[in-house]
Amino acid sequence: MSAASPEGDLAIHTHRLTKAFGQRKVVHGLDLAVPYGSVFGFLGPNGSGKTTTIRMLLGLAAPTSGSITVLGRPMPSAALEVLPGVGALVEGPAFYPFLSGRANLMRLDAANRRADPATRARRVDRALDTVGLGRAARLAVHAYSLGMKQRLGIANALAVRHQLLVLDEPTNGLDPQGTREVRSLIASLAGQGTTVFVSSHLLGEIEQMCTHAAVMSAGNRVAQGTLAELRSGGAGRVRVNTPDGPAARAVLAGLGLAPEDGAGAGTLAEGGDDAVVRAPLAAGAPEPERIVAALVDAGVRVRGFAVERPSLEERFVELTGEGFDVAQ
Amino acid sequence: MLPNSGAPHRAGSRGGLLASELALVFRRRRTWAMLLALGAVPVLIALAVRLTSGPPAGRGPAFLDRVAGNGLFVALVGMLVSIPLFLPLTVAVVAGDTIAGEAGNGTLRYLLLAPASRARLLLIKYAAAAAFCVAATAMVALCGVGIGLLLFPAGPVALLSGDTIPLGESFLRLGLVTAYAAVSLLGLAAVGLFVSTLTDVPVGAMAATAVLSVAAQIMGQLPQLDWLHPWLFTEHWMGFADLLRQPVLWDSFGENAALQAGYVLLFGGLAWARFATKDILS
Repeated sequence: MSAASPEGDLAIHTHRLTKAFGQRKVVHGLDLAVPYGSVFGFLGPNGSGKTTTIRMLLGLAAPTSGSITVLGRPMPSAALEVLPGVGALVEGPAFYPFLSGRANLMRLDAANRRADPATRARRVDRALDTVGLGRAARLAVHAYSLGMKQRLGIANALAVRHQLLVLDEPTNGLDPQGTREVRSLIASLAGQGTTVFVSSHLLGEIEQMCTHAAVMSAGNRVAQGTLAELRSGGAGRVRVNTPDGPAARAVLAGLGLAPEDGAGAGTLAEGGDDAVVRAPLAAGAPEPERIVAALVDAGVRVRGFAVERPSLEERFVELTGEGFDVAQ
Repeated sequence: MLPNSGAPHRAGSRGGLLASELALVFRRRRTWAMLLALGAVPVLIALAVRLTSGPPAGRGPAFLDRVAGNGLFVALVGMLVSIPLFLPLTVAVVAGDTIAGEAGNGTLRYLLLAPASRARLLLIKYAAAAAFCVAATAMVALCGVGIGLLLFPAGPVALLSGDTIPLGESFLRLGLVTAYAAVSLLGLAAVGLFVSTLTDVPVGAMAATAVLSVAAQIMGQLPQLDWLHPWLFTEHWMGFADLLRQPVLWDSFGENAALQAGYVLLFGGLAWARFATKDILS
């Protein structure tokens, strides 16, 4: 994982951040380091503490212990200086249903003392156009679909130019086009130098738009780093296609590897009499070329050999557990 | 004007958060329904008196027997009838909704992220609730004057002290009574603001506030609680008779204002203590 960076390079930095509701620890000793200019994916299954963490980052909830620095200032104590630089979408959009989309944004902009009232109408209209709501701007929000509300929530985060965007599940409820638009929007904002902190339980989303990510599981951060670091973090495996299954297993075991048993291990591949033998590449395992040499030396007929790296999805499941139950 | 039916309205295009908040309260259909209901109170009284021969002197609400002789008394009787229940009920709805309504709606977090400071938000919310107190009492008075002048003769008014004042000054006195009633409701609005910081369910805060205003009035009726009476925010609610003497006796106005100010400070402080550190999880 990435080495600890000096605080000055980090848009968000938390140290041993913990939040407990009564006895229940929702976030446990979280260390986050979000570099300026990154698109940082905050990944984790439902109930893993993502939204609670975001609430603390934005000063909506106070940490039980630990410290938070956002844009170089402590949170929540410096919230009024920090928040004008932060655009946010937290736990879904929320609006006054009887006001129009435009009126909703005007009200929230009026709440921001640093936002210039003279340019308010222009900035709000531009933000509405950016998310494709220009034509629905004067419709009451109760007539909006979930996806339109989501777009309006994103427009709210865009009405003022921010240094940092915190987007909690930004593509929730969006149709495929909307999802793609959000992704390209995030990319273009990042291209202009905005740091984007985006939470999601959708791995594909993170994989497609992020430069960095952290993975949460049951209130703990189980991984953090650049996407490349995260992918390589998991143990690779060697795969040998050979008609001499037992011999290959013996050679691998002799090299200190532990060939896998059970389904798929040593079974016949389709359309041939080759067995497929797999063994995880633990730290300290011999280089792949030495494994091949050893196999060939031992007379194993190697018909296929590969080093398999886990996909991010496999890593994600590996880190957060496979179960469907919401973590408690 | 009833907004919300067709075209959605705009709130605060140039003004600050206070302007936006006032627009939010006063362009809401619910607010207008409450104001219209309050306005209906003197109208019903006037119609009842006009369509019947009127009650014998000394029965019914105070001043009711004077209505037929002078239309201005419609406003006074309307105020008198509305103070114990109708006015506090509407104020409880608006004040109970202040913070809990935003929390229940989820908009509280976005206001705080805008960012509006918690102190500023609390002050603005209270200011809008106070503005509603003024609007609600003014509605009763204005509708009372309107229907009274329409259905009954108008002229110099005989005061409680026996003096008679000209019509112009009567309007002034009526304005004083309206101001007195509005001030009376400020303490309740502060109580509602505090209750509103305790929950994310606006209806709960509204009901609790309304119950408190009724409970305070009931306690005010129990002689066993004499020691408590001077501290009840409802204690001076019906005490505006001094404004109808010549010259005006300001004592009850002052006492009431001081009591309400105390409630505003106490419950405003409690609301701040609660809201300043509250985790916004809605």
